[in-house]
Amino acid sequence: MLSVSGLTKKFEDLTVMDGFDLTVRRGGFTTLIGPSGCGKSTLFDVLTGVFPRDGGRISWLGEDVSDLMGRAAYMQQKDLLLPWFSLIDNAMFPVKIAGVPTSRDSREKTIALFERLGLNGFEDYTPQKVSGGMRQRCALVRTLMFEHELVLLDEPLSSIDAITRRSLQGLLLLLQSEFNKTILMITHDIEEALLMSDELLVLTPMPMRVRERFVLDMPKSGRSSNPELLKIKEHVLEELEGDFDGTI
Amino acid sequence: MERSNWISLLIVLVVIAAWEFACGWFSVPDFILPAPSEILKTTVFKASLLLPHAGVTALEIIMGIFLSLLVAVPLATVMFACPSVERALSPFLVASQAVPVFALAPLLVIWLGYGLASKVLMAAIIIFFPITVSLLEGYKNCDREYAIFFDLMGAGFWKKMRLLYWPWALPYFFSGLKVGVSVATIGAVIGEWVGAQSGLGYLMIQANARLQVSLVFAAIVWLSVMGLALWTFVGLLEKKVIYWK
Repeated sequence: MLSVSGLTKKFEDLTVMDGFDLTVRRGGFTTLIGPSGCGKSTLFDVLTGVFPRDGGRISWLGEDVSDLMGRAAYMQQKDLLLPWFSLIDNAMFPVKIAGVPTSRDSREKTIALFERLGLNGFEDYTPQKVSGGMRQRCALVRTLMFEHELVLLDEPLSSIDAITRRSLQGLLLLLQSEFNKTILMITHDIEEALLMSDELLVLTPMPMRVRERFVLDMPKSGRSSNPELLKIKEHVLEELEGDFDGTI
Repeated sequence: MERSNWISLLIVLVVIAAWEFACGWFSVPDFILPAPSEILKTTVFKASLLLPHAGVTALEIIMGIFLSLLVAVPLATVMFACPSVERALSPFLVASQAVPVFALAPLLVIWLGYGLASKVLMAAIIIFFPITVSLLEGYKNCDREYAIFFDLMGAGFWKKMRLLYWPWALPYFFSGLKVGVSVATIGAVIGEWVGAQSGLGYLMIQANARLQVSLVFAAIVWLSVMGLALWTFVGLLEKKVIYWK
């Protein structure tokens, strides 16, 4: 379980978080949604140690940790693929960086994931020669190649078209259950949040805190037409539209 | 050939034709300004004289390039890795370029002699600055998000250097190298002017003293061809190395 309590982060006079609490169940899929600029990405920066925190505790699997650097896989809107490496070499980066000799097993695992995500045949292509959707799928394979159980997703699918996004959402769910990952995702897309999450946390503007929590314990298939979820969607949209800048 | 190349060629041909015509029309003596045809004749027919000297100058330049790379790449890397080193060394780096290379040449000849060493060092002093500055700029220009992502993967500095910063900075490095090789001849030739026993600069001084101006021009032609060849080689190498661009 990931547990964050009393997290505080200030930039000079700007208080981004002041006593922020969060719990993500092990093997669960928790999504954060909130007004633009409320500090969601800063939360990830603090969790991963990019920015030092001013207070609070972070614990992972019951152990207090300084940050999640080296303990969590991370995927964001930008695919961050390196143009001088092939897709397969990019995907195998976590293995290379870990200093593990790139064994036959890890290569086979990567190739198997490439096939699952429809990237077979493109292993030796460089990123600039494939579409944005394919690049993002490659970034997803790379995320899965991390040995870490915890995965932080910062709007991972927001830069790709609706059809590709839909198929990647399905793949992400399938892979989450198969690889038994614990996922914490930031999104601006309320539908995406409702389709994919076990738990949805609606955030307030700065200083950020959890405004409302929804446990979505219904099956993930057929969610798009679930009347209960449609009600939640309307409710969340109304709440977010009521915030000062009216954007989500 | 592209339209722009045709225009360049046309400009060169017009200038050469005007020069040739003016020399004939005004009966300019060869020891003042030889006609292009005369320079071409000297360049070709005195190739056996020019070639050994060109070989020496080329060797000085190439060794100067290697020496400058040996200094510039580690220096830029250390300056990037340790900002305090960068702050400490920057004034010296600028000072090394503020002192005219002409002023250093006699000293280097006294210290290192009339052989290759003083010219190699002269060339290296000129080349290493653009390479160091460009490479450092390239390292610094690396997208912060990539660097953070590497940190999140647990990559240490040298792993980031090898897999991220160095490839990222390669286009900058090649820009610096191209500037360096295009001015490399200056260092070598100045060194040869001040004190040498061979090389195109030495030949130019000797020819100048004997009023063999067409030979001076022929040496300039050979120097230009060498500079152009180096530039082209670096350009081709850049295309080969930075295959993703």
